[in-house]
Amino acid sequence: MSSAAVTRPLIEPEWVLPSRGRVGMFSLIAAESAIFTIFVVAYIFYIGASVSGPKPKDVLELPIFSTICLLSSSLTIHLAVRALRNAKVSVFGVWWFLTIVLGTIFLFGTGREWHHLIFSDGLTISTNLFGTTYYSLVGLHAFHVTVGVIVLTIGMIFTLLGKVKPEHSERAEIFSLYWHFVDAVWVIVFTVVYVIGR
Amino acid sequence: MRCNEQTRGMLSKAAGTAVLLAGVLLAATLCFGTSEKPSQITSIFRPDSTPADSIFHLSMLVLAITGLIFLIVFSLIAYTVTKFRRRSDDGPEPPQVYGSNQIELAWTVIPVLIVLVLFMATARVIHAIQDARMPKGAIEVTVIGHQFWWEFQYPALGIVTANELHVPVSDPLHPTPTFLKLLSADTDHSFWVPRLAGKTDLIPNRVNEMWLDPHEVGVYVGQCAQFCGMQHAKMLLRVYVDSPAQFAQWVQEEKKPAELNDTADEGRRIFETTACINCHTVSGTVADGRFGPDLTHLMSRDTIAAGAALNTSENLKAWIQDPEAIKPGSLMPAMKLNDHDSGALTAYLETLR
Amino acid sequence: MASETIAISGADYDARPIGERLHDWVVTVDHKKLGILYILYALFFLVIGGIEATIMRIQLIVPHNHFVSPEVFNRMFTMHGTTMIFFVAMPILFGFGTYLIPLMIGTRDMAFPRLNALSFWLTAFGGLLLYYSFIGGSGLYGAGNAPDVGWFAYAPLTSRAFSPGHSTDFWTLGLLVSGFGSIGTAVNFIATILCMRCPGMTLGKMPLLAWMNLVMAGMVILAVSPLTAAQIMLSTDRFLGGHFFDAQAGGSAVLWMHFFWIFGHPEVYVLIIPAFAFVSEIVPVFSRKPIFGYPVMVAATVCIGFVSFSVWAHHMFTVGMSSYSNSFFTITTMVVGVPTGIKIFNWIGTMWGGKIQFKAPMMFCIGFLFQFLIAGLTGIMLAASPFDWQLGNSYFVVAHFHYVIVGGILFALFGAFYYWFPKMSGRMYSETLARWHFWLFLIGFHLTFDFMHIPGILGMPRRIYTYESGRGWEIWNLIVTIGVVFQIAGVAVFVFNLLRSLVKGVAAGNDPWDAWTLEWSTNSPPPEYNFAQIPVVMSRRPLWDLKHPEDPDWKYE
Repeated sequence: MSSAAVTRPLIEPEWVLPSRGRVGMFSLIAAESAIFTIFVVAYIFYIGASVSGPKPKDVLELPIFSTICLLSSSLTIHLAVRALRNAKVSVFGVWWFLTIVLGTIFLFGTGREWHHLIFSDGLTISTNLFGTTYYSLVGLHAFHVTVGVIVLTIGMIFTLLGKVKPEHSERAEIFSLYWHFVDAVWVIVFTVVYVIGR
Repeated sequence: MRCNEQTRGMLSKAAGTAVLLAGVLLAATLCFGTSEKPSQITSIFRPDSTPADSIFHLSMLVLAITGLIFLIVFSLIAYTVTKFRRRSDDGPEPPQVYGSNQIELAWTVIPVLIVLVLFMATARVIHAIQDARMPKGAIEVTVIGHQFWWEFQYPALGIVTANELHVPVSDPLHPTPTFLKLLSADTDHSFWVPRLAGKTDLIPNRVNEMWLDPHEVGVYVGQCAQFCGMQHAKMLLRVYVDSPAQFAQWVQEEKKPAELNDTADEGRRIFETTACINCHTVSGTVADGRFGPDLTHLMSRDTIAAGAALNTSENLKAWIQDPEAIKPGSLMPAMKLNDHDSGALTAYLETLR
Repeated sequence: MASETIAISGADYDARPIGERLHDWVVTVDHKKLGILYILYALFFLVIGGIEATIMRIQLIVPHNHFVSPEVFNRMFTMHGTTMIFFVAMPILFGFGTYLIPLMIGTRDMAFPRLNALSFWLTAFGGLLLYYSFIGGSGLYGAGNAPDVGWFAYAPLTSRAFSPGHSTDFWTLGLLVSGFGSIGTAVNFIATILCMRCPGMTLGKMPLLAWMNLVMAGMVILAVSPLTAAQIMLSTDRFLGGHFFDAQAGGSAVLWMHFFWIFGHPEVYVLIIPAFAFVSEIVPVFSRKPIFGYPVMVAATVCIGFVSFSVWAHHMFTVGMSSYSNSFFTITTMVVGVPTGIKIFNWIGTMWGGKIQFKAPMMFCIGFLFQFLIAGLTGIMLAASPFDWQLGNSYFVVAHFHYVIVGGILFALFGAFYYWFPKMSGRMYSETLARWHFWLFLIGFHLTFDFMHIPGILGMPRRIYTYESGRGWEIWNLIVTIGVVFQIAGVAVFVFNLLRSLVKGVAAGNDPWDAWTLEWSTNSPPPEYNFAQIPVVMSRRPLWDLKHPEDPDWKYE
C-alpha cells in the first residue's frame, strides 16, 4: 500500500523548519536567563539590607577595563563567525583567539578585584548579605564566562589542528549566541551591582 | 452482551457515585462538629469571632457557586457518557464536528463573569479583615513562636506568659478585640485557632499582625499550622476567652511576681542551682532565662509542654525527668535528676500559682 | 481498513545474549528506549512513594499512634512529596513525551538524542542521590538521614542551625542534578517539536499532545531554573556561610518562599498539561470524533502557560502579604481556572454526539473528567484567600492537590498506559484485569481523598505525626487509611496486568484502536527508525484521511 498520506497534485512549498541548534541554544539561554533573573532579584531585594560589614560604595570600584574587554569580545566573536562563513578560516582563527584573550582578561580582572575585596577590604561571601549576594551573582556570571572560554579554547585547538571548516560556521554561530548572552548578562549585572547598588 | 455490560457498568457507576455523594453530604453536616466537647471543636464552620465569621460567610458563597457549577457540569458529563455510548457493534462513524465558535465563546464568557463576582466578594473580605483599624479598647499581645511553644507578651500590661492565651470576650457594641503581633524566635510557625480567625504565619525577621474578637466566653483550641520541626504536631494552642471580670482578675494575678513559699525551699534551691534558670524565668527570683516558657504562674495553666500533657503532678515530674517520653524532639533536655530531687523540684513548681 | 504499513515488518524476536541486550538499554540514545526507561524508573519510585504514604497513613489511623517516631514520619512526608513530584510524575510524563513525540510528528528521533540520554541519566542519578540519604550521611538523630524538612524545604528550617547534618543537602543536590536533567529534556522537546515535524505538519496540524508538551517544556525552562537558583542559594548558605535566608543577618525566609513557589506553581501545571494531552488524544478516538475546538484547546493551553507564572503567591496567603497583594493573587488564581476549566467543556463537546466505547483508556479518562472537575473547584475555593486563611496548610489542601495529582494526573496516566501499551509492546493487555484495576482504584481513591477534605475543614493541619483525640478527626483519618488498601490492590492488579500481557498478551497489531495519529501507522513496537519513509501529512488526523479518502479532514480544517 502507499507509504504516505494522499498527496495533493499541487506543487508543495519547500518544507523549511528552524535549525535545531539555534532553537536549542535559545531555549538554553531562556533557562539561564531565568536563573540569572532570580539572582538579580535577590541582589536588588537585599540592597541596603546588610546588618553589618562593608557596604558597596565603600569597596566597589567600576570595573571599566574588564567590561570593555568583555563587550569587545562580542564584536570579535561576531567577526570570527563572519570570517568562517566567508570561508576565511585563518582570519576566523585570529578573531576567535582574540575572543579568548579578551574573555580571559575579564576573568583575570574579576580575580584581581576579588583578591582585593577579600584580603584588603575583608569582604567574603559570609561577611554579610552584600558579600553573599555580590559573590553569588558575579560568581555565577564568571562561571558562565569560564565555561565559555573553555569551549572557545576547545574550538581553538580544533582550529589549530586544521579540523575547522567553513561548514562549521553554523555551529560557531550557535555558540556565539551563548557568548553574546553572557555579555548581555554582564551589562545587567554591571548596572545592578556597580551602578544601582552602590 | 457488551451492551448489558456497559449498562451495568453505567448503573453501578451511578449508584456508587450516589452513595459517595450521600456520604459526602453526611460528612459535610458532621463538619459542623456537633458531637465533640464544645472546647474541643475546631471546625472552621463554627466561627465565634468576626474574622472567622466573615470567612464563614464568604465560604458559604464560594461553596454555593462552586457547588452549582459542580452539579451542572457533573450532570453534563454523566448525561453525555450515558446518552452517547456506542450501542451496536458496527455502524458508520458519527458526524465529525470540529467545534463551534458560539458555544466556545459562551462557555468562556460565563466562567469569566463568575470569576469576577467571586473576586469582588473575596476582595471585600480581604480588606475588611486585613485592613481593620485597631479600636481604643483593644488588647495588644505580642506572640513569639518558638520551637515548640508559644510566648505571649502583653506589653501594655507588663505580663509574659506561655502557651495559653487569655483574652477578654468582645461585646459587638463596645468591642474589645485582641490584636496580635506575630514574631518568631527561630523558624516559621503559624497561629491557627479555627473558630476565632484564619491562620497567620510567624516568620523570623518579620512582624505579622492579626486580630480576633471572640463573642462567647469559653476555651478555644488550635495548634501551629506551619511545619516547624520535629514537634510541630504538639505545638498546641489554647485561647481562654474570659468575661471582663475574669480577665481583669487573671491580669492581676499574672502581674504579681512569684510567690515565695518556704515549704518548697529545697525545690527552689535545686531550680536555681541547676541549669533551669538558664532557660526559664520566674519573676522575682534569679531565674531570668528566655529560651523556654516563663514559669512564674505555671500552675495557672491547664497544660504543660504546649498542650502535650495536662498540668498534673505526675506529668510535671515525668516531664522534668524525661521530656523525650512526652514530646520527643522537644528542646528541653532531660535534667538527669534523681527521684528525690525531681520530687522536690516538682513540689516547688507547684507553688508557682 | 487497516492502516498501511509505513514500516517494513522486521523481526521482533531479539536473539542476542541477555548481556548485550541489557547493554543496549544502558547506552541507548533511541527515544523509544529512553522513554521506556523513564517510565520504568518512575513506576519503581511510584511504589516506593506509595510505601512512604502507607506508612504515614498507618501512623495516622488513630490519634497518638506509635507506629513510627516523629523523626521517621517527618522524613516520610518529605520523601513522599519529593519522590512523587520529581521522581515519579516528572519522569513518567517526560517518558511518555520522549516516546510519543517523534512518532506523532513523523520523525525518527528527538532533536538531540545524546542530550536525551544524558537528561535521563541525570534525572535517575538525582533520585538515587536523594535516596542514598536513607543510608548515608550523618546527623544529630542517629543513622539514616533522609531529609525531613518538607518537600518545599522552607527556610530557615533548612539552615545549618535547624537542620544539622546532611539530610537537607541530599534534598538540595539530588534535585539540583535532576533539575538539570529536566531542563535538558525540555530543550530537547522544544527543538524537536519546532524543528523536526514531518512535511505538511504545520504547527496548526500537529497533534494536541505535541502542542501541550511544547507548552510544558517552555514552562519547565522558565520554572525549574528559579528552583535551581534557590537551591544554589541554599547551598551557599549551608556550605559557604552565606546569608540569603539567614534571618539574623537580615535574610528573608519569605524570599525562599517566593523563589520556591515561582517554581512550584508552574510545576504543577507542568504536570497536569501532559495529562490533558493524554486525555485529548484518547477521548476523541474512543468517542469516534475529532477533538472539539482544537484551536481553542491550543490557545487555552498557551494561556495557562503564561498566566500560571502569575499566581504563585497563592501558596503564601498566610504569610502576611498586604491586602493588595493577596487580592492580586486571588484574581490571577481564579483567572487561570478559566482556560483550565473550559477544557472540560471541550472534552464533553468531543464526546457529545459520538459513539463512546468504554475500553480501559476511556474509562480512566472519564474518571479524570469527574475528578479534575472537583479538584479544580476545590482549587477555586482555595483561591479565595480568606477561605485559604482557614483551609491553607490543612488537610483540605492535601486533599485538593492529591485530587488533582492522583484523581487527575494518575488516572490520565493509567489511561495513557493502556492506550499506548499495545504500541510500545506489541501486545494487548487484559481488558478484564484493567477493569478490576479501575474499580478497585476508583473506590480506594474516593475513600481516601473525598473524605480527606473533612479533617481540613475540622481544623487538622498537615505534616503532623499525630493528633489530639476529641476533635472529631478520628473517624475520617480511619476511612482515609482504609482507602489506601484498595489503591494498593488496584495498582497491584495494574502491574500484574502489564507484566502478564507482556508475556502472554495477544499480538496487538499496528492500530488496535482504529486511531488517527501517526504512531498508529507504524509497527507495534515501532522499529528503531520509526518509519520506513518519512510521512507527508495534510491534516490533523493523517490516518483518518487515509482511511476515509472520500471524506478527508483537510477539506474541513
